[in-house]
Order: sequence, then C-alpha cells, then structure tokens
Amino acid sequence: MSWIINVSRREFCKTGALLGGGLVLGFHLPESLAAGAAEAGGPFSPNAFIRIGTDDTVTIIINKSEMGQGVYTSLPMLVAEELEADWGKIRIEPAPVDPAYNHTQWGGIQGTGGSTSVRSSWEQLSRAGAVARVMLEKAAAALWNEDAASCRAENGFVLHRDGKRRLSFGSLADKAAQMEAPQEVVLKQPKDDKVLGTPKKRLDVPDKTNGKAMYGMDIMVPGMLTAVVARPPVFGGTVKGFDDTWARKIPGVKAVVQIDRGVAVVADHFPAALRGRQALKIVWDLGALAGLDSGALLQQYRQMAEKPGAVAAQRGDFAAALAGAAQKIEAAYHFPYLAHAPMEPLNCVADVRPDRCEIWVGTQLQTTDRNKAAAITGLPPEKVALHTTFLGCGFGRRAVADSHFVSEAVQISKAMQAPVKVIWTREDDIRGGYYRPAAYSALVAGLGPDGMPVALRQRIVCQSIVKGTPFEGALLKNGIDETSVEGAADSPYEIAGFLVEYHLAPAGVPVLWWRSVGHSHTAFAKECFIDELAQAAKQDPYAYRRKLLASHPRQLAVLDLAAQKAGWGQPSVAGAFQGIAVHESFGSHVAQVAEVSADKKGGIRVHKVVCAVDCGRLVNPDTIEAQMESAIVFGLSAALHGQITFKKGRVQQSNFDNYEILRLSEMPQVKVYIVKSDEPPGGVGEPGVPPIAPAVANAFFAASGIRLRTLPMTAAAIREASA
Amino acid sequence: MISLNINNKNYQVEVEGDVPLLWVIREHVRLTGTKFGCGIGECGACTVHLDGEAMPSCQVTAKEAEGKKITTIEGLGGSHPVQLAWIEDEVPQCGYCQSGQIMRATALLADNPHPSDADIDYVMSGNSCRCGTYQRIRRAIHHAAEKSGQGGKS
Repeated sequence: MSWIINVSRREFCKTGALLGGGLVLGFHLPESLAAGAAEAGGPFSPNAFIRIGTDDTVTIIINKSEMGQGVYTSLPMLVAEELEADWGKIRIEPAPVDPAYNHTQWGGIQGTGGSTSVRSSWEQLSRAGAVARVMLEKAAAALWNEDAASCRAENGFVLHRDGKRRLSFGSLADKAAQMEAPQEVVLKQPKDDKVLGTPKKRLDVPDKTNGKAMYGMDIMVPGMLTAVVARPPVFGGTVKGFDDTWARKIPGVKAVVQIDRGVAVVADHFPAALRGRQALKIVWDLGALAGLDSGALLQQYRQMAEKPGAVAAQRGDFAAALAGAAQKIEAAYHFPYLAHAPMEPLNCVADVRPDRCEIWVGTQLQTTDRNKAAAITGLPPEKVALHTTFLGCGFGRRAVADSHFVSEAVQISKAMQAPVKVIWTREDDIRGGYYRPAAYSALVAGLGPDGMPVALRQRIVCQSIVKGTPFEGALLKNGIDETSVEGAADSPYEIAGFLVEYHLAPAGVPVLWWRSVGHSHTAFAKECFIDELAQAAKQDPYAYRRKLLASHPRQLAVLDLAAQKAGWGQPSVAGAFQGIAVHESFGSHVAQVAEVSADKKGGIRVHKVVCAVDCGRLVNPDTIEAQMESAIVFGLSAALHGQITFKKGRVQQSNFDNYEILRLSEMPQVKVYIVKSDEPPGGVGEPGVPPIAPAVANAFFAASGIRLRTLPMTAAAIREASA
Repeated sequence: MISLNINNKNYQVEVEGDVPLLWVIREHVRLTGTKFGCGIGECGACTVHLDGEAMPSCQVTAKEAEGKKITTIEGLGGSHPVQLAWIEDEVPQCGYCQSGQIMRATALLADNPHPSDADIDYVMSGNSCRCGTYQRIRRAIHHAAEKSGQGGKS
C-alpha cells in the first residue's frame, strides 16, 4: 500500500496556503481569489497591495520575488508603518501578474532586481498603507458619528480621542470599504517611524526551517510529468538529428520532444528523465563557437584594449594631463565568466490547456515570462496565470529577457498536453550560460609631484548584457552598455584628466546580470588600481583614498567607519595583513577592510572582514546586516574560486566540485556597521559585493608584495603572478 | 517494490532499487523539504538522517535505505532546539539549503553536544550555502548547544 496522496488542484492550492501555518503563503489563483472575495463578506481591499479581513488579518500582496533578500518582510514593514497595523496580524501573498504590480521604475513590467525593491516600492507602499489607514479612521468616525480628526489608528485598532472607544481593523473592514479613498495623504517623517529602522524577525524564516517553504522545485500538480532537456554542448549550437530509440526504452520515459533549445526527455519521474537523456544520441551542429577558447579570448580582449574605444566618461584632458605627469603607472585586470549557481537549480512547472495556461516558477521577471508563455501557446496574456514561488537564490539568473527556462516548460507541456516540470541539473546550470561576462580592464595613470593622480584612463572590454534584448533601448546608448562601465565611468575619485573608454566584445556566450553586475569587475579595477597608485606614491592606501574623496562625504564616512572599526594599521589576527576598498553602487556606499594571510596551500585565507554601509534610510537593520554578510560570501566565492572557462567551445566546469563556492570552513568573521542616515533609501542586496574582492587583493599585496590582477585569486594564479 | 521507514512511517514505493533516495523522498513520498542541489554529494542540500547519521540522500539508493530509519526535515517536528535556534538567529535567507544544514547540525549535536568552532567548521563544510549564512549557522549551532545543555540532553 502506498501513501502517495493525489492532491487535486484546488486541494493543492489550499495545501499551499495551509502549509504556511501562522504565516499564510498562499498561491494566488484568480478563481480562489474570486471565491474568497464572495464568501468572506467584506474584506477591505483599498488597493492592490492590502486586504484587511474581518478577522483582523492584514494581507500584504507582494509584487517582488523573495530570493533571500528579505522582501517578504521589508515590504510589509513599509505598509505597516503607515497603516499602523499590528505586526502580528500581517500575512503575505505573492502577487499575480497584473499591471497594478508593475515595477515603478521599469516601465510596464513586473520584476525584481537591481537592488531596487525597497527603493522603488517605498513611496507606493507607504501611500498604500496611509490611504488604508485614513479610510479605516473615517469608517470608525462614521460608526461613532464623530469627526475623523478625533480618530487615529494604532497597532491594528482605530482609537477615539476620548480614550474609551476603539475598534479593530477587522471590525471596521466592511465600513471602510464604503469610504472614499483620500486624494492626498501625508506620510510620516523619519523621526516618527515605529516599524522602520527597528529589527524585525523575517516572516519567512519559520517555514524555511521545517521544510514547508515551497520553491518552484517543490511544486507538484496532478498528472504532472518531469522533463530534462539536452541542450547544445556549445553555445549557439543546434540539433542536426537525434535517435531516441534507447531513451524511449528507459522505464518511466513517456516521450522525447524536440524544442527550440534542444531535445527534451519527458518521464514520470526525474531519475527516469535523466536516464532517458543519457540514452539519447544527438548529432549537433556546433555552430560558430565550436572553437571558443578562454586563452584566445583573453588575447583578443587584450588587443582590443590597445586601441581607443567609445568614450563612456570624460573629465578634463586626459592626454595633456598624462603628458605633464611626473610618474606613469599602468596595470591591466582580467575577469572570467561566472555562473550564478543559485542553490535551487532552475526549474519551471507549466500546465498548458487549450483555453488557459498555468505556470509555477521562481522568477524575477513575471510579465516577460507570462508574455512569452502567451506567445508560445497563442493564448491571450490574461489566460496565462503565473504563480511566483519562493526562489532558492536569484542573483539575476532568474531575470532573463528571453524567458528561456519558462519557455522550455511551456513548449514541452504544450506538446505533451499535460503539466510538465522541467528540472535543470547542476551540470545544466553551470554549463547553461547566461554568465557574468568576462571582462578586461586596462588602466593608465599619471601622478603629480605630490604623488596624487592627475590623469587616469580606463579601457574596458566586455560583452553587452542588454544588446539584442528589450532592455537595449534603455541601457545601451552610443555604443556604451551602461552595465559594463557602471562603477568606472562614475568613479568619485577626483582626477583632473579622467577618461573611460569601452569596447563592445563580440557576442556569442549568453551573458547576464550577476549580483552587482558591472560593479563586480569595475570596482576591482578601480580599487586595486588606486591601491597601486598609493603604493607608487609611497602613501597609505586609506589616507590616499581620503584625499581623493574629500568632497564625497558619504564615501568618506563609510571609509572612515570601516577603517576605525577594523583598527586600520593594526590587524586583529596575528600574522594577517589588511586591505581596504570602498565603492558606491545601487545608491548605497560600502567600505570593507579585509584581513588575510597566505594559507598552507599557497592560496589566500581571509580571516576577518569589517564592513561599513550607508544605504540611506533603513527598513530592517538585521536584513541589511544579513545581506552584507551574504554579499561578502558571494564576492569571496568568486574572488577565490569562481571561473567559467572554455576549451573547444565547451565549458570546462560542471558542478560544485570544480565550480567551487565558499564553504563554512573558509568563512571569515564578518562585522557589519550601518551608518545612520536620512538620505533616500539605497539598495541592499548587491552593494556589499563589489568591495570585497579588491579589499582581499589589496590585503594580499600587503601580505606578500604580489599584485593579483587576474581573478580568481587561486593558488595557481598566485604562483603565476609571483613568477 | 521498496519498503522505507521515513519519519516513523512505513512506505511501500514502486521504484527501482538504484534510484537515489532523494528522489524517492521528494517524488514518491512527496516530502519536499529535502532539496536537490547538485546530485553528486557536494552541496549537502539533500541531507537526511539514516539511523541517526547525516547523509546526502542523492548518494544513497532506495535499496540501501531499506531497513534503515530515515529522518527528513519534516520528521524533526519543528521545535527541535536547532530549528528554534535557526529561527532565533535568523539564519535562513533564500532558505533552500537550510533543511540540509539543519539535518547536518542536529546530527552533529547528537554526536558532540558542545562542538567547538573547529568542530563546526569540519562537519558543516559538507553543506554549502550560496546566500552565505555561514556565520549565523555557527552562531545558531552554539546557541542550540547551550539551550540543549540547559534543558538536559535532547
């Protein structure tokens, strides 16, 4: 007798909701929503983001994807602050795809990325909360026959000035729904904040400790099949022909389906699908990249950097300033392709029916994916329901303009006329492209008699992330991909003759935004080169930066705070050496001091990182601290281990045994200090990444006298640099 | 037909003996708290207990698991000192690896109720976290050890 439970669609959805326990994380279905609205008899839904039930629950509908960055807590905090809600009554529901949930800064699409969630939602959600509060206060006033000015909301109740009468939000829901929404609301001043700026426990944490949190990988719908896809071994390759005789004989394999990106094996379970794929015989046309080689690519980038590129930034006259300089310094930095390697491999469940389509996926770009499914199925977009699950990491990998991982599932489900889950193996993920582009940065500077730079030129060679995508219009201008030069073109260092040039590297390998995007390489070049200039000038690298940032108070403040807390000049770990870096990205400023030493195997051991961050007005300090810790680990994984390389067109890495990510035994002690600030809110998810690699490289120079200009900083790279 | 004892329940599953236990737990028994991360025993996202020992379930076949007492994250009950410490110290971010981390940590504490940082580093390095929650994992394990100590051995 088997315990397998056949969960019906509706039961499944209910289960999805029930699994959440105290925190209800229901999957939002159009029909269940309609049913809920009819039967509850008066939830108060003043706008797309808030629903107050007669049972006092306050459901916040979240239009951002939760991938670990804490939006399922920080966004409700924005609402709760203005709504005066009882935090214990807050519930969360992922938003469906609807224009009401479009990103406020991305023009017509719903999505999560660019460390924009809090920044772009702040005003929208604060207003949503304030409007609801005013309507609840009006409702109480109407019921009491009093003036609205004598009523105020506090902690889930509306209180009357007399101190005797109060009504809970739930008991006011019916009446509030009849009130007219105010045209204008006055938002709180930072000094009056009760919720914002105080640590709040993450609402999604309990379910992430007991197995209940549902990721795309965990979705099961009745009759669902599982598919894996054989994709070309070289990017740009295509299927010439295939023999599926043996694959079809594997027990459990239901079908073999050719789709635009390869050949899918569909089975009743994942292991059978995987075995079926191993048994496929495919003849590939490898295409133009069959000879791709990382060594040759580096040579090509190096040659490109010898010639002037498109001008991305210019201040003063670089050539004249260099000609008059007392000392000339040159250095070039090289960065590999990097995979995001989210902990949850990519996956998507699609159920294509003649008259509708449902998709369950952990995505960062809901509208794009929904529209792609509509195009494939021929259905109108409103007949495609996309349910956003938890994301087992994102880092940008789940924000793809071509919606390829959704498209695969939709195509296969359409062909099978059954619900299908496509699962990527880790090898599919590591070899699947959409990498942080490789980059090469050649810098030259001239120092004046005082050792300070008077001229600096940086030439960046990098593939464009946005060329050929719908984002091209906004981000690729005059031959410059902003995402390739960000962090370099806007360098705050005050240098009289400053020039940044850009060479668009040939396309081919699919590339994508990877946590901190262009800053992931530009900050390394900028912060390592400034260290090299300080060395040439025989000055302390911290003091040198201070002089160049004199008119940038926020940069100075984080730099000083990190240096002070780290005890700059006096490493706390015996035998370790310090390095420093500071960088602005996504509207926030971060400085880090790393303490490192050489390890026994000739690699780098990072003992301690002190991080100072100014991200403007705060929402949840604990999340900010967690995101800095997270960014430091992410940056260290790349700095010490990360590289995707090509030989004969093939990716040489395949899984975590050769695409290593930082392990707990390598984890430095991390201390995070947050600058109190009333500046506009900045990003939090990404800005902690850029400074860590240069801080480590600079510390390693202090320890060894060796400049590491090629990433990753492995023992092999160190041997090469010291040879 | 394979007989498995998972979280003190007996299951008969129609599956070939060489199928990895991970997929039997996820797809047949439908306990989805145990996660697929790498399939080669490198990341630990699929960690379960076999007779109390932490093992990556992607590296154990269904046949090998027969006759053993299998415990998954769902079998811990939700208020194990390690789970409570994970909540108190706000360990999870994306959360995907945390079932495996918790299963590894509970096995560690069962063996060694008061692990040093070095003990934790050694044992927990088999479990990767791409969000980088390692510092909090260390802290939470120490806290769980303290709590268990106060309340007697768990």
